[in-house]
Amino acid sequence: MIFLELLLTFFKIGAFTFGGGYAMLPLIQEAVLKNGWLTEEQIINFIAVSESTPGPFAINIATYVGSVVGGTGGLGPVWGGILGAFVATLGVVLPSFIIILIVAKFYERFKKSSLVSGAMTGLKPAVVGLIGAAKIKLLLTVFFPAGLTLTVFSSPAFYISLAIFATGALLAFKKVHPIIIILLSGVLGVIAGYLIL
Amino acid sequence: MSKTKRIFSLFTTFLKIGAFTFGGGYAMIPLIQREVVEKHKWITDDDVLEIIAIAESTPGPIAINMATFVGSRTAGFWGSFFATLGVVLPSFLIILAISFLLREFQNIKAVQYAFMGIRAGVLALILKALWNMYKKCKKNAVAYIAMAAAFILVAFLKINVVIVIVGCAVFGLITSFIAKRRAKK
Repeated sequence: MIFLELLLTFFKIGAFTFGGGYAMLPLIQEAVLKNGWLTEEQIINFIAVSESTPGPFAINIATYVGSVVGGTGGLGPVWGGILGAFVATLGVVLPSFIIILIVAKFYERFKKSSLVSGAMTGLKPAVVGLIGAAKIKLLLTVFFPAGLTLTVFSSPAFYISLAIFATGALLAFKKVHPIIIILLSGVLGVIAGYLIL
Repeated sequence: MSKTKRIFSLFTTFLKIGAFTFGGGYAMIPLIQREVVEKHKWITDDDVLEIIAIAESTPGPIAINMATFVGSRTAGFWGSFFATLGVVLPSFLIILAISFLLREFQNIKAVQYAFMGIRAGVLALILKALWNMYKKCKKNAVAYIAMAAAFILVAFLKINVVIVIVGCAVFGLITSFIAKRRAKK
């Protein structure tokens, strides 16, 4: 049952993401690719959508994956999509909700717990490593869509992507707003696509 | 203010927070401070800092953690229920609409070209986010080991992400326990 699977998968993702935002990326990537729900390209497209719409990344991506996957669940693209989006979002929210309700009750004890602070000394840097790993996979998808071959160096799409990536990185480190970078990348993609490809 | 009114006000406040923060997470904090601390005085600035610390040491997105916590503090269970519902609802509706639109337009050539460019731009954004997180991390041996181990295990050895997360938490626990014992001696 696809809807139950969505609920459980996103519950697990919600329960094991520390730090929020991109920290969720490695878990999403693993779950979504394993189940064949989205392609690596669709994940990256969606990160752009999520960056340009309000709200937390976790909710955005759960709603999106739920809607796409739920559409294939036999209830038709609209009702299946809505139900899928609902169960996936519910799944990703529930762990935080339950845990914070409990923590709010035992606030003082939680704050002083050496167990929590000890675990965090290993967790925080691990998250950086995990996102790094997710990033490598995304890089491969964008620059080597047909796998690691040398033919890619004779494809104009490779150089277009590289140029846009470099421009984006330069602007990002100059603290230009993400939405502007996404819009600019999209416009450059359309121009280069029609002129060169 | 009656409890029902307070719950309704929690809902609308977090609805606004959910609808007007782009990028999520920490981008949400200034707006939360203005609405929840300055305007409604439900919690203090100190509370906000403590919630951030808690949100960082519990799983899940900081927006959800924050909404649940403020709601619970202000009006008990139903307070946290409606605050969380409020912060989730705008994203949910907007993304649902977008997912239907994307399905309609994804086969247009211009849209495909735009996304080719956007994918490269997004990689740059993630690179920046990763750099920011790296800068915020403590730089000691434990941190470098956990970082490198998590990276290698997932990128090259394809180990399950949940196992790596639990493993690094246990590693942090053990090393900080040993460090404390040494400090006592």
